[in-house]
Amino acid sequence: MNIGYYPGCALHGSSNDYEQSLRACLGALDVQLTEINDWICCGATAAHSLNHKLSLALPARNLALAERDGFKQVFAPCPLCSMQLLKVKKAVGDEKVRRELSETVEADVRGDSLILNLIQIFEGVGLERLKACVKTPLESINAACYYGCLLTRPPDVVHFDDFEQPTSMEAVLAALGAKTVEWNYKTECCGAGMTMANEDAVLDLAHKILNNAAEHGANCVVVACPMCHVNLDMKQAAVERRYGKKLGMVVYYLSDLVGLALGLSPEQLGIGRHFVTKA
Amino acid sequence: MESRAPGQAASPPVRVRFPDHIHIADCYQCGKCTAGCPVSQDMDLAPNQVVRLMQLDHWERAVRSQAIWECLGCQTCSTRCPKSVDCAGIMDALREVALVHKMASRARLPEISFQESFLENIRRNGRLNELELIGSFKAKVVIGTGRLWFLFKDAGLAPQLSRRKKLHFLPEKARDRKIVERIFARCSNRTEP
Repeated sequence: MNIGYYPGCALHGSSNDYEQSLRACLGALDVQLTEINDWICCGATAAHSLNHKLSLALPARNLALAERDGFKQVFAPCPLCSMQLLKVKKAVGDEKVRRELSETVEADVRGDSLILNLIQIFEGVGLERLKACVKTPLESINAACYYGCLLTRPPDVVHFDDFEQPTSMEAVLAALGAKTVEWNYKTECCGAGMTMANEDAVLDLAHKILNNAAEHGANCVVVACPMCHVNLDMKQAAVERRYGKKLGMVVYYLSDLVGLALGLSPEQLGIGRHFVTKA
Repeated sequence: MESRAPGQAASPPVRVRFPDHIHIADCYQCGKCTAGCPVSQDMDLAPNQVVRLMQLDHWERAVRSQAIWECLGCQTCSTRCPKSVDCAGIMDALREVALVHKMASRARLPEISFQESFLENIRRNGRLNELELIGSFKAKVVIGTGRLWFLFKDAGLAPQLSRRKKLHFLPEKARDRKIVERIFARCSNRTEP
């Protein structure tokens, strides 16, 4: 299947290990990604915090570009990018808004393409097919699946899984032969884009999440979001300093684990480029 | 919905306009938004208090609060509200008003500077330039607070990021940056650079 790919700024910036991982993993599954021509930033938290109109217009431009190129499906591996695109889809259900947005972004925004997150890509491949492709079952993995905020919220925009007790990532891991834990912080916020502006809040939240995962017996945390990975992996050393304890919790992207089960090497998936690695 | 502060002649004529789907009057103050908020314990106004102030037309306290800048936009409040009051959407609208009318809490300069730097950055480049963002964010905080040490905070991460090939000294830009500029101009609320 050929899917329109909206990488977003993080995956072409410091979260390029996520892009390496999903390109390797999806390549092995014959999922073809075609980058949307001349995409722009979706405005992220800054736009929806400071300028409502802009927070619709920026992702609307990207949606229009994808639709102009004929993509029926658009994959946005960052849940914020993905939610922003879905918000536009919802907004353009109103014909007046649709016309105004199309004028603002100088391209026809139809809003009829399907927006997909990483978990939905694997669901599209088919969990039975995925299971059949597994070369190395992940028997040693006991994962805490961490969804964060925007994979499931707001539910009337993203319409994905259960917003309090999601289980779609667990289903993917089960297909890989991995175990998962029941825990409390699946959908709690990690502090997202406040990493630099309000570090104390981020460290506090990251500590609660990592600690709860460890207390419930997880030997790794799995994410499908670049910002979750930054706050739980890159900031983990700062969490350990602040709370005076060693956590050593490995944080994988979901595509890392799928890739490993398919027989790809950690080098191919960029796992060695994470901050916390297995000792 | 619109609200005005009655009898406050000295105040600027601020109008808080919420998107159509937000019905402030529906809130019956159950406090579920505050209970689920991951940062409410640090806020000067809890999320349900912000909503209450809007119901009572005391918009100015809400607009000047630190709470609206501490909000992480995680959407938990809006998702759990039994009356579907979009509390996170209210926070967004209040932040916009606070900036447009220059009423934003000075105590929250780092959060405000970060978001402003972010928008300036994508207006210029079309896509985020991370190093430029860090530079302009830090400069704003240092100028605004006089805390020079802030310039060097997290400097130790740079070599670690570089070793992992996560730093981009020549980051990509959108090719058509003129359209980005036109979109910004059309959406202007006067808070953009």
